[in-house]
Amino acid sequence: MISALFIYNQKGEVLISRLYRQDLKRSIADVFRIQVISNTDVRSPIITLGSTSFFHVRHENLYIVAITKWNANAALVFEFCYRVINIGRSYFGKLDEDAVKANFVLIYELLDEVLDFGYPQNSEADTLKMYITTESVKSERAIMEESSKITIQATGATSWRRSDVRYRKNEAFVDVVESVNLLLSTQGNVLRADVAGQILMRAYLSGTPECKFGLNDRLLLEKDAVNRSTGGTQKRSPNTVEIDDCQFHQCVKLGKFDSDRTISFIPPDGEFELMRYRTSDNINLPFKVHPVVNEIGKSKIEYKIIVKANFSSKLYANNVVLSIPTPLNAAGVTCMVSAGKAKYVPAENAMVWKISRFQGQSEFMLTGEVTLTAMTHKKAWSRPPISMDFQVLMFTSSGLLVRFLKVFEKSNYKSVKWVRYMTKAGNYQIRF
Amino acid sequence: MSDAKFFQRGKIQELRMELNSDKKDRNHTRKKATLKKIVANMTMGNDMSSLYPDVVTCMAIPVLEVKKMVYLFLINYAKSKPEMALEAIPTFRRDVEDPNPLIRALAIRTMGYIHVEKVTMCLLQPLRHCMRDQDPYVRKTAAVCVAKLFMQDRHLVENAGFIDLLREMLVDSNPSVVANAIAALTEISERSDHIQLKLNMSLASKLVTALNECSEWGQTYILESLMFVVPQDPGDAEMLAERIAPRLQHANSAVVLTAVKVIVYLMNYMAKDEDIASMCKKLSPPLVTLLSSGPEVQYVGLRNILLVIQKHPDILKNDIKIFFCKYNDPIYVKMAKLEIMFRLASESNVEQVLSELKEYATEVDVDFVRKAVRSIGRLAVKIESTAQRCVEALLDLIQTKVNYVVQESIVVIKDIFRKYPNRYESIISVLCENLDNLDEPEAKAAMIWIIGQYADRIENSDELLDDFLYTFLEETVEVQLALLTATVKLFIKRPTAGQDLVPKVLKWATEEVDNPDLRDRGYIYWRLLSTDVAAAKAVVLAEKPHISTETDNMDPVLLEELLLHIASLSAIYHKAPTTFIPHCKPRFLIPSPALRRQYYGRSQLIHQDSYVSIQSGQTSSSSKNGSSSKGEDEQNGDTIPSEPHHQRLSYHEQSFDQVAEASIGNQKYYDLKIAAENPYRTDTPSAASASNGNKGSVGDLMSFDL
Repeated sequence: MISALFIYNQKGEVLISRLYRQDLKRSIADVFRIQVISNTDVRSPIITLGSTSFFHVRHENLYIVAITKWNANAALVFEFCYRVINIGRSYFGKLDEDAVKANFVLIYELLDEVLDFGYPQNSEADTLKMYITTESVKSERAIMEESSKITIQATGATSWRRSDVRYRKNEAFVDVVESVNLLLSTQGNVLRADVAGQILMRAYLSGTPECKFGLNDRLLLEKDAVNRSTGGTQKRSPNTVEIDDCQFHQCVKLGKFDSDRTISFIPPDGEFELMRYRTSDNINLPFKVHPVVNEIGKSKIEYKIIVKANFSSKLYANNVVLSIPTPLNAAGVTCMVSAGKAKYVPAENAMVWKISRFQGQSEFMLTGEVTLTAMTHKKAWSRPPISMDFQVLMFTSSGLLVRFLKVFEKSNYKSVKWVRYMTKAGNYQIRF
Repeated sequence: MSDAKFFQRGKIQELRMELNSDKKDRNHTRKKATLKKIVANMTMGNDMSSLYPDVVTCMAIPVLEVKKMVYLFLINYAKSKPEMALEAIPTFRRDVEDPNPLIRALAIRTMGYIHVEKVTMCLLQPLRHCMRDQDPYVRKTAAVCVAKLFMQDRHLVENAGFIDLLREMLVDSNPSVVANAIAALTEISERSDHIQLKLNMSLASKLVTALNECSEWGQTYILESLMFVVPQDPGDAEMLAERIAPRLQHANSAVVLTAVKVIVYLMNYMAKDEDIASMCKKLSPPLVTLLSSGPEVQYVGLRNILLVIQKHPDILKNDIKIFFCKYNDPIYVKMAKLEIMFRLASESNVEQVLSELKEYATEVDVDFVRKAVRSIGRLAVKIESTAQRCVEALLDLIQTKVNYVVQESIVVIKDIFRKYPNRYESIISVLCENLDNLDEPEAKAAMIWIIGQYADRIENSDELLDDFLYTFLEETVEVQLALLTATVKLFIKRPTAGQDLVPKVLKWATEEVDNPDLRDRGYIYWRLLSTDVAAAKAVVLAEKPHISTETDNMDPVLLEELLLHIASLSAIYHKAPTTFIPHCKPRFLIPSPALRRQYYGRSQLIHQDSYVSIQSGQTSSSSKNGSSSKGEDEQNGDTIPSEPHHQRLSYHEQSFDQVAEASIGNQKYYDLKIAAENPYRTDTPSAASASNGNKGSVGDLMSFDL
């Protein structure tokens, strides 16, 4: 298991150093600095020297580093590093060098709590905040007065939720956020298209609410249909989505999902990620891109890029950005666009075309010309793909819809639920 | 209020003054500030240990924040200043009796970190109490503390009844306590010579029930421990796997991958092929989903997927597109994806794979491009129908004239020539145009092999070889060996063209070079040629053994072992943990009546009465003990006697003894194995270089085995 945890800044200075086992000395910190931080060509997030293994995750201007001398569970170590980042975000807004320096004593307290002898323990920020806070006086009092409540919370079956939550108005917000990934070949064929979705929830509900959540999940709905109408060939209902796989927050009862595909849970208080899912069937691509790029001799390249919005004209996309690569030896770049703004960014070797508001069904074009300087070596241009960024509100590429969210609580209060959809670009790449 | 201002180098003397100052210190703010400075300096690596008398006096201050900082100081410096730890004992004694469970737990937790004998002695009694404390938070902290104690003094833990206490905790009503107790027992079992964790079905079943209520980490510990269940009946294995399967939907990849490990393990004990097939179906989607995590977890997932699909090729066979590289994937993710793409390539998808590989071959990263080029060549060898297109792709790449692409192409074209003789030789002329730029030994050796092999078809083969021979003495052994053999081939095929070159090369090889391989090969050729040219011809131009991509497959014995370590470091490096972790117990499939006997492709159940009796003796004893059977004297946990029944684990009949040795964990066997197999080992440079040398020329060496 984890023998030591270090946090470094970009220069390789140690900001946090905590040893959990006697098999290491603090001087091990120098080894990582020399091997990884000062090394310009790091090719793995894990390095092993002798029997000592260093796991690192980069975040903002920090390195989060866990060290072990055992054949540790690598997935667990990285998940824990991610968790450290999340706890930091939850406590300090963001976790960067300034935040670490400003709160290092608190971070030591947290690290003592969430990692015991290198074994991750309860690391739910909501529970931790009950007894470890930025105002030490407050946590001191909590520990003295509410100790048994805290210990039950930190070890219990619903460690993610306090029991004494109260709201005047009971509300729940559901955000469906989809990242659509696309890889289009030079010939315009779809090499891969899939959607990675997240369902984020902000629950402001009193007491211990039991929630039931329903999607237009094909497997579930078809099963229902079969139950209702025995016999007869069932058609694939057009408004359902086939989910390849999904993963849930630990509050969701996995056994129940496994047996009858219902999603039921007692939510944590506040914001959390309820589930993640993946679909690859029938993806609605929000944008079509047709690039025509011609190399004319060795000194000139002509671009003609057409982009079309493929969703309903009632909707519009925000912050559309196309990054169109140019060769390293580009000398002069001129480009014209029918909407938005485009300019050449030498540092990225690309023309960056921004359209802040892009109405559905509309179509825009960029024409450009790049002149090249002569190069001494004759390596061909590798033609990196065009990549695209955007956000489309109230649209899901997968077609996923929330059918219901039911809340049951002892006191039987009324609750208000809201749902919002957004599709954004994940890896949206077009080769040319 | 920001603590950043404390983050600066402080002088010991000044800090001491501040701690001891008599000035009014309301709410101890001054002391707190000074302690923060000390902690900051500790972090920066400045030695603060000489401040211990002053810091220890702060323990009297009844403020929790101060207490925690003092404890941190103690944990850091207790080893170098044991006398300081002694002064803290009274405070610890008071704290473990504190009515507040958080304080009790904090004291126990901290004492466990302090490796000073006197402190340890003071810990024993309170620890026993805490393991039965009424508060679950204290109990779960105490459970981990036993593992800490074990690392300090294993005999103490083994002989003072702590193991039994831990075992009692496995049926605790609180899931966190159960999870931590099982984590502690697992670690103790992995490190102890006398204790081996074994779970019977009823206990395993209880643990699985606790899974539903545990934190994500707790679930991982419990799943990890299920690797120590040996199902005696195929039904048990199926039932357990079914009950674990819902974990595959968990958001935490550690839970998912550990569940995958247990399920893959349990499949070895299932009877019906359709059960295994249906489990395989359940494994595919969660493995793919790992690829939407952070890049580090993706990497861990990919390396493990590579293992799983070698054992169960049905998993993911239709999902190859997921593994296509994104342009901005980190390099380690790209490299891992490329290997999986090659594994999953088949007749049905080869076209897509090839066009992807061609795309990658134009990217920037040199290693990635090389691997892509090499994969194109391996694809040609693996799938015959695509060979023609692969060769065309390689020719296109050679036309780019990018040096490392050309060299890599030549290396793989050599393999294609060997696999499909008399089919693609027409491209030799293209290769010959690129001789001048070869500067890597492997590419040179490959090109020289091609020239030698086709000496009679290449008009100016003698001139080409002569050019290479010009620098013979400066070349690496790999190239020298290739040159030697190629020259002899030339002589046998075209005696007039080779007659000037051969004596020159033989003389160099035998007289001017220190390498014994090269010298010996030189002598063999020399004597062969001088006694019987016909025999020499039979030897040197003998039919080559076939090559196939089968040689890329992992040794099945190693694969089986690595599958027991899914998610761990060893599964990422594809190396047995015993090769890089000292004192690590090897794992192997423990025989039981349910264990499947597996040949390549064929499988059947074994029914062997002889060891059922041994096994049942063991089961009964272990079930009596509940979880871990503590043996006396030499009764080593994993020495299930090395009777011949170990052979049943074996995959190919020839390697019986290897497997038997691997099973009983013979360190020597592993040492030998690494020395023989591991070219990356740097501590035995001579061994490594020798084996490398052999590897380069293995094709030719084989022809000597008459």
